[in-house]
Parts: sequence; structure tokens; C-alpha cells
Amino acid sequence: MPVQSVPATRDRGIDRPSGRPAPRSGNRSKRTRWRPVRDQSKFEAQLEPGFAEEIAAEVEGGERLHQCIQCGTCSSVCPLSAYMDLTPRRLIAMARAGARDDVLHSVSPWVCTSCYACTIECPKQIPITEIMHALRRISLREVTYPRRFITPVMTREFVDMIQDRGRSTESWISLNLYLKTKPTELLKSAPTGVRLLRKGRLGIRRESIKAREDLRAMLKAVAS
Amino acid sequence: MSARSYAYYPGCSSKGVGRAYEESLLAVFERLGVGLDELEDWNCCGATAWPSVDQDQAFALAARNLALAEERAAAPGPVDLISPCNGCYRALLKAQRALEGHGGTVEKITGALSAIGLDYTGRTRVRHPIDILVNEIGIDAIERAVVRPLSGVRVASYYGCLLVRPYATFDDRHNPTSMDRLIAAIGGEPVDWPLKTRCCGGSCYCGGPVIGVMPEATMQLSHALLREATKRGADVVATICSLCHFNLEGFQDRMTRRFGHPHDIPVAFISQLIGLALGIDERRLGLHRLLRWRLPERTPAEVEGGAHARA
Amino acid sequence: MREPEGGRRVPPDSPNGGPKIGVYVCHCGLNIAGKVDVGAVVEFAASLPHVTVARDSKFMCSDPGQELIQQDLRDGLVNRVVVASCSPLMHEATFRRATAAGGESPSHFQMASIREHVAWVTANGDDATEKAKALVAGAVRRVALHEVLEPRRSPVRPDVMVVGGGIAGIHAALTLADAGKHVYLVERETTIGGHMAKFDKTFPTLDCAACILTPKMSAVRAHPNITLWTYSDVVAVQGYAGDFRVRVRHRPRYVREDLCTGCLACIDACVHKQGKFEDEWNEGLSKRKPIYIPFPQATPPVVVVDRDACIWFKTGKCPRTCVEACERNAFDFEQTETYDEVDVGAIILATGYRTFDASRMPEYGYGLYPNVYTSLEVERLLNAAGPTGGEVVLRDGSRPRTVGIIHCVGSRDAKHNLWCSKVCCMYSLKLAHMVKERIGAEVYNFYIDMRTPGKGYEEFYDKVLREGVHMVRGRVAGVTDEAASPEEEGHLVIRAEDTLIGAVRRIPVDMVILAVGIEPQPDAQEVRRLFNVSCGSEGFFTERHPKLAPVSTFTDGVFLAGACQGPKDIPESVAQAGAAAAEALAMIDRGHVMLEASTAFIDDAACSGCKTCVGLCPFNAISFDEERKKASVNEVVCKGCGICVGACPSGAAQQHLFTDDEILSEIEGVLAYV
Repeated sequence: MPVQSVPATRDRGIDRPSGRPAPRSGNRSKRTRWRPVRDQSKFEAQLEPGFAEEIAAEVEGGERLHQCIQCGTCSSVCPLSAYMDLTPRRLIAMARAGARDDVLHSVSPWVCTSCYACTIECPKQIPITEIMHALRRISLREVTYPRRFITPVMTREFVDMIQDRGRSTESWISLNLYLKTKPTELLKSAPTGVRLLRKGRLGIRRESIKAREDLRAMLKAVAS
Repeated sequence: MSARSYAYYPGCSSKGVGRAYEESLLAVFERLGVGLDELEDWNCCGATAWPSVDQDQAFALAARNLALAEERAAAPGPVDLISPCNGCYRALLKAQRALEGHGGTVEKITGALSAIGLDYTGRTRVRHPIDILVNEIGIDAIERAVVRPLSGVRVASYYGCLLVRPYATFDDRHNPTSMDRLIAAIGGEPVDWPLKTRCCGGSCYCGGPVIGVMPEATMQLSHALLREATKRGADVVATICSLCHFNLEGFQDRMTRRFGHPHDIPVAFISQLIGLALGIDERRLGLHRLLRWRLPERTPAEVEGGAHARA
Repeated sequence: MREPEGGRRVPPDSPNGGPKIGVYVCHCGLNIAGKVDVGAVVEFAASLPHVTVARDSKFMCSDPGQELIQQDLRDGLVNRVVVASCSPLMHEATFRRATAAGGESPSHFQMASIREHVAWVTANGDDATEKAKALVAGAVRRVALHEVLEPRRSPVRPDVMVVGGGIAGIHAALTLADAGKHVYLVERETTIGGHMAKFDKTFPTLDCAACILTPKMSAVRAHPNITLWTYSDVVAVQGYAGDFRVRVRHRPRYVREDLCTGCLACIDACVHKQGKFEDEWNEGLSKRKPIYIPFPQATPPVVVVDRDACIWFKTGKCPRTCVEACERNAFDFEQTETYDEVDVGAIILATGYRTFDASRMPEYGYGLYPNVYTSLEVERLLNAAGPTGGEVVLRDGSRPRTVGIIHCVGSRDAKHNLWCSKVCCMYSLKLAHMVKERIGAEVYNFYIDMRTPGKGYEEFYDKVLREGVHMVRGRVAGVTDEAASPEEEGHLVIRAEDTLIGAVRRIPVDMVILAVGIEPQPDAQEVRRLFNVSCGSEGFFTERHPKLAPVSTFTDGVFLAGACQGPKDIPESVAQAGAAAAEALAMIDRGHVMLEASTAFIDDAACSGCKTCVGLCPFNAISFDEERKKASVNEVVCKGCGICVGACPSGAAQQHLFTDDEILSEIEGVLAYV
């Protein structure tokens, strides 16, 4: 089958099939789109030098992030690096520089899909995926994660459900996710949902374990 | 055929989007004379969501399953726990490895387990069903059991990322071949393609079929995989993870619209393909649950030609 | 020396009478004096038995300081010297010389380290002073028991062996030969030249490698003082510094070296009309016949028959047209391995390196995609004497329009080699320049850091930048043939984060060149055992000191030159080769080696013949007389490490200057004070 031409869309991602950014429509947008002209220096007073240690303490082998030579292999292999505001390499550099605020507000840890490719390819064997998880944890604790972004919302939903019942029921998690991030998506996904339902792949009944109390007790006992 | 039986950890998706995986896996193992005993009262492994909240709790969740498996084991020695979903496989394996060490975390978790009546001494070994099929039951035994070979159906084996990363326990990390060998054993023609272990974005969907605020990013991953598999002439993509399967299968129409590239390729669990070759009934294999399913009819000449007959 | 019943140990007499000990305490500026009360130590020392003189000095190692010692010796005030100062590693030799200059045996000297062992490691000043006094007390008791050890020497043989005929080995051999020494140059391959002979041009001057190398190769062949043994290797080494006996094996070429003129008629005449066997010299990019010469300027210019490929050897049925074609009647299919044994005074190891095997990184697609090459393969492509006559063409004959060069393959990587291979940035820039010049391709270099430290290197980088080579600072995780867009169809794609512009890029290329790193030779461990040297954890031979003794080893008489000691470029290899030659020359011309005085010895009477010591000696210095059933130490080889002494169950193995009495008296001295 012949490949059809790529239609223009409103998304602004760079990693498009054609490899080129979406064409801007008209000259007007070219002339009005400029970045604010202001001092973007980073002064030592704003930076928090202990941030790298803070992350390293949470991750096994995390102290190796000090040995990062900024080679960029992680970004090279990461299938989603082109979508991140701060690539994995840059995230580590900024963490080392102490730009705690920037790092914790970055969407990157929430775009990360935990595929571990970076961890495997890193020539210094830095546990990058685990560092992403650590950043998520800190970000959740300090409420710096992006609002209504799917991953943190899903994480919260998921964790709540497991805490309660010990197993997840996909249908209910999905429903909550749609409602809490983008309710209009519900309409778009409805047809697929119905098909899945018909094929018996979307259980309505809530899955649950028997030893729910035990599980909760155990989780409480090991909470960090 | 061995009269072995393994402890079996289904994972949350096996009862949901991945139902056909469980059905076909149980059917195939039964046909090969191997039992899969569902671990009683298993709980969620924690997947990728829980480490984002609390690493120790994530270990504890997974560890409870390891401890249950050990407790229920009849014989002494190592206890194999089969985990079909790549995500669960990794989460359980990670906990297994962590508990093989020493230190404060290990003590904390084993202590919490003891407090709820479970003593874990580290005997559980988390294994993937592909590992069992290839390395325990054996390719030869499977080949002998084939009654309806796949007749040259071209299969792109998609291993997924978490099968070989971060731990590659039974196959090569950069170029795994277990699935391809199984496909060859059942008469199929394995397709050689470079994206065998590139992530499909599954964990972004973990928990259900949702596309939230980053449709392009996550769809792009699956789109790249399907595009490449189709380009290399695959008739069907075989998977071994419920989440990967759903990702690749569930959004092909949306991808076609979004990227302007036609996607229409069936995605099946490898256990379904193996089951077909073993002569198991289609319904028992859950083939009717797939959103799209068809196998091409290959002429004898095409089968003969193999790779060279590719269009 | 045995202890008399119930009495004090009796110190031996020196030529000048009973012990008269001089104690000299150094301030070492403030290093010692800042922590230790030097005056108190001097006063204390003066009170010890047999101490006739106790002095202090700001810097004992200085001329005035040493003069103090010498004057007291000359005046007959002292005949034993104790210096309380830094560590023996620093200045034991200095003070021993001073003692000798004053007319006393240098073994009548003992050092107490009150800097490294006291001042630099003790927090409290009073504690430091007390400890210093205790150490001085120990030294004083000990030195009274020191014996006179005559410094000994052993003659050095006049010839030198250089193992390895690459640029380093060649240069070392020529330097020594020019100095009038006879050199045996042993090379494992059929020709000398090493890796350098494979290159096309060398950085940063872009000199043709063969043009600058072949004159040296010719000089080696023509030099009356060099015995060139190619297709040979060392199989056994015996002996010690100044007197090595080396056994060399010569492999059969089946062609007589003294008759063959290198006319190559036999190669044309071979029954194989075309090459069929992998040509190792061309990195497997072409095929050769069973009879071959690696390259036109091979030295010596003698062909070789590959026994495993030749039909005559495999089946016995061949018309042997090669023999017919040879006008000199140089063939001899009956040749066998031969051996030579030579005696040499010094050995220089210049065995070179190997490149990292790129198939260990499947993510780069080497061996999987035909258009992925290693740098060494591309050197052969560029070389006019190579498989494509200098044309940069791919395996399918097409010319690449875009080329990607990936730096740091196998280097700076915890999964492979941790070190930086030093030369790859430069040679990658060189290849970039050459490829661009030859075929006008777009060239992209993917690097982590650009390492261009040598003379003219940064200027070379500047030149390559001016030529428009694209520099992408981002390490490449993998090479793929997945096409994500129409422009990528049919190409290999390199995806990397261009960290300098801050974006992830996908760059389609026709050819990928992997800048493979430098590794030790695969048989480095066997070679090092043969020559009794050590390897570091990375596998390169270990130099005696990384800063101050880069070409000698801990085995006297064995020197290192070139990349076998660590990754380095050609100028450094040549410099090291010259240095190794000079140090070997120093040894040879001096004519003797001074032997370590405090060697071990075996008391025959006490030796029970258990052989425990024999296997333990790391220097193979102990031999066993099967008839007498006694072990004995070769004092020339012995380094005085003391392992045999510690292991001997009967106390037969002892060591000069470290006898039980000497050690025990030192301990007693310390304890008596404390």
C-alpha cells in the first residue's frame, strides 16, 4: 500500500515522521513568536548544591551520577527523549548543578516509560531509570508535578486502588483517569472500550485480594 | 513430556486486556504436559507506578508474592514463579534480586512479611514463560508436538523492553532470539527486524487504555514498531506482554489517521500462535478476543521460497 | 649470628671497632619540626647506649646535612649512622651514599621515618615526639647489629633483544644498532612495520605512513648490527638482568629467506587464479592466495606460504607452478620450525596493541550491516595498496555520500574498557578530513570530548572544522536501519542527542566508521609471564613508575616501549622507544649491574629440603639441588622481598639486613622506650 502524505497538525513536536518541525502557517506567526527577553542567568543563591546527593541517597548506585561525563548516550537511546523538555542527560547535569526547581518541575520523569535502555547503555552505569523514579517520588511529595498530566494522575489512582484492594481493575482506573485528565477523551475512546467489553477484556467487577488488611499493614510498616 | 507444575503469577492485566494471554498460555502449557498453578491470593506487583511513590513499598508488594510462592512450594530448593507479563516479570525479579542482598531495606521488608505471617528465605526464582518453553520444556519437545505448522506465516517477534532490561537472564540483551526460535519450531517464518526490544510505551498506559495529554509521544513508539514490522513483511506481530499487546493492537486506526501511515496488522500473543500449531481450538486460545485477527494463506511455493519470496 | 646464652646480643665489629652510633634528626623544614620536638629527640638519642653523637639539621638531605654525617665519620666519631627523617623510599639511597662517602660501609646505616610515620600521621605533638623517640630507639638498637655487605656487581652481556617490530621496536633497534650494539629484532608477523604500516596517512601532518616508515624499515634490514627475525616469536626466557638467555622460534615460510628476492612471480603463478582466503592484512576486506606477501614494501621482501590454505599441504596434489616460476629456486616445502638461543644483556618489549573488537558492541551493527566499518578497515580502504586501491567505496561498490564517524567505541565505557584510548579523536578527525577530501562526502563526527593535546593537534582540529566536517557532541547509543521518514529509506540512521544545540537528531548516513579503541594484545598475559614483568588491571605492561620511570619495569633489564605499555600515538611511541634504548644502552655500556645488597640466603645446615620457598619466589630466584636436597638463592636475581624468609618453616631462609636479631632488636628498642 502506498504511503500517504503526512497531514499538517497542530502538535508542535520535533520528532515528526518527516524529521522536520511542523510548518508555520503564514508570516504573522513567525514575527510574533519570540521568547521573553529577560535575564535567565542562574545565580548561586538560587541553586541547591546538595540536590545531586539527595537523589543519590534514594537510589542504589545513585552516587555514580557524579561520574556522568555528559556523553548523551542516554538521550540517544531513549525513545522519548525528543519529547522531553529536559533530556535525561540534561536532567542529570541540572541536578548536579543544583537546579532543583527546574528538575522537579520538568515533565521528563513523567514522560519516561521505564524501558531501562538508558541504564543499560550508560558507559558509567548510572542507574538513570531509577533516578527518574526518585525524581517522581520527590516530585509527588512536593507537589511539583505537571497538573493534569496523565502519568502522575495515573500513578496516584493506581496506588490508591492497590492500597485499597491489592489488585488493579483496568476499567475503573481508566475511567478515573479520563475524568481527571481529559474527559473529552472518554468519548473518543468509547468505541474501543465497548469493543473490549464485548470481547470480555474489560472486567467491570473490581478485582480484590482476600488479605487486604495484611497488605495494608505491610505497606504501612515499610513506608519510607 | 514432564509432569512438572509451576507456580503461576497472572498479574492484573491477565484478567483484563490480556485475558487471551492467560487463556492461551494455560492451554499451551497443559497441552505440553506442564501445569500452571495460579498463586493463591496474589497481589499486584506494583508495576512502574509504585516505585514512583515509594521504592520500599514497591519491593514489599512484589515480595509478598515471592513469599507466597515459597510458602506454597511442596519441595525444598528453588521455587520457580512464572510471570507472563513483562512488567510484572521485571517488578518481581527486581524484588527477588534486592532481597538476595543484605542491609536495612532487606531486613525491613522481610520483617514486614514476617509480621503478616510470611517468612521469605529467598528461594523464589521469577521466570518468564518463554524461558520455560525454550529452556525447560525445550524447542524439540514443542516441535514434536506440532500438528498444524504455521506454514510460512511471517511473524515479527516483539520482545518488549522489560524482558531483557535491566536483567537479561535467559536471552541476549541486544538481540534476543527465544521467540524467533519458537516461531521457527512451529513452522512460522521469523522476521528479522531491528526493533525487537524498543519500548512500545506500555508503562505510559499502565492500568488501562488511556491516551491522555501525550498522545503523539506514546503513539509514536507503537507506530514506529508496527511500521517497521509491516515493512519487513510481517503477517502478524507476536508479543509476550499484555501491555505491549494492547498498545500495538488497540490504536492502529488512530495511528493511521494521526501519522498518515496505514496500520492494519494483527497482533497476537505468541502463546496463541503456538497453541494454533499444537492444534488447540481457536476459542480456547482467546483468538476471538483480539481486536483484529487473520492469518494469510500461503501457497506452497511461497512457503518454499521463504525469505526470498518476500514481496 | 646467634644469640649468646642469657646475654645481650653482641654487635659485630666493624673495621673501625665496636659500634659508635651517630643519630641525625632532621627538621625537614616544618614537616617534622612543626609537629615533633626535634630537640627533645636529639637529647633523648644522646642518652642511648653506644650513641656517641646526636645532631639535628633543618634538611638532612641537603649538602650541609650530608656533610654532617661525612665529617663525623671521617673524624672517627661514629661508625654507624641513624638518620631520623623522611621515608627510606625518599632518601635511603642518599644517606647510604653519604655514609659510603664518609668511608663507612653503606649497610651500616639505618633510617627512622619520623615524617611519614610520625609527623604526618599523628595529631598531637607530644604523642608525636614520644613516637619519634621510640622509633629512634629501635633504629639505634638495630643498626648496632648491621653487618657489612659488600656491594656486588654482575657483568652485562653486550647484545640487546627487541621484541616487536612496529614503529617503537624499529626505532629502538635502530638507535641501539647505531650506538654499535648488536640487536636481535624479533617480530611475530611475516613483516615488520606493525599497525603503522597499515595506515594511509598519519596525523597531524598527514604524512604518508609508508613514506616515513619504510625508510626506517629498510634501514633495519640493511643495518649490519641488526639481526632481523620475522615470522618468529620468543618461547622461553631464562636468566636475569644483564644475562638473559632467550629462545626464539622461527616459523617456516617454506621459502628460503636468503634466496627470495621478493619478485612475486610465484604469487601470479599460483594455481589459484584469484584470492580465496581472508586477507588479514587488509582486515578481511579482500582475499589472498595461499602464497602471499602482506604489502609491497614488506620487510623482509620474502613471500610466505600459508600452510593451512595451500593445496600442496592439504592434499599433496598440486603442480606447484609457484616453484616453477621461481628463478631463484627459493622454495623449500620441507622447512620446519627452527630455534635459536641467544644471550643478551637487555630486552625491550615493544609488542604493540590490538584494536577493540567492534562485534562486542552489537548495537553499532558491525558485522550486521555491511556498511559499518572499523577505523582500521577504512585505513585499508584509503591506502593505495589496499583492497580498493585507495577508493572509498562500500562493499557493494557504491560511493558513500554521507559518512558518520562514531568516537569512543569500546573506550571510556564501564561495560568494555574504562580508559580513553588517546588516539581515536585525532585519527577520527584525520579520517573525516581524508574522506571529505577524497570523495567530497558530508561527514559527521559523533564525540563525547574532543581530545587533541599533542603538538599541532588542536591546529589540526581547527583545520578540520574549517573544512566543514559536522561535529555532533553526543555519544551514539546505536546504529539502525529503521527508517522513520522517507529521507531515511535505504540508509543507516544514527540517532544522537546533539548536546551542544540541545536537540535529538536523526542523521541518515551511507557509511558508519567506528573509532575502535586500543587494547592490550590478547596474549599479553602469556608474554608478561615469559619476561617476568607485570600487567596492570587493564592488561597493559606495568612500568616501574608512571611519572618517573615509564620505560623500565620492576624486572631489571627488561624495558618497555610503545603501546604495549598503554595507548599512545606514534610520536610518543618513538620517544619511548628512544628512551628505552637509552636506558638499555646505559646498562650495556656500564658493563655491570649493581646487585641488591639485602638478599636472602639459605643456611644449608638448617635447610630441610621441603621446597616451600622454591615455588613462592616471585622472581624465580630460588633453585633446588636434588642431590643435596638443599635450596639455594641466586643472589643476582633475588630482590630481597622476604617472602621465602617468612615462609621457611625451619628458619633456614634468612635475609641480610633483616635477620631475626636485627628485626627483634628494633622491636625491643621501640618497646623498651614505650
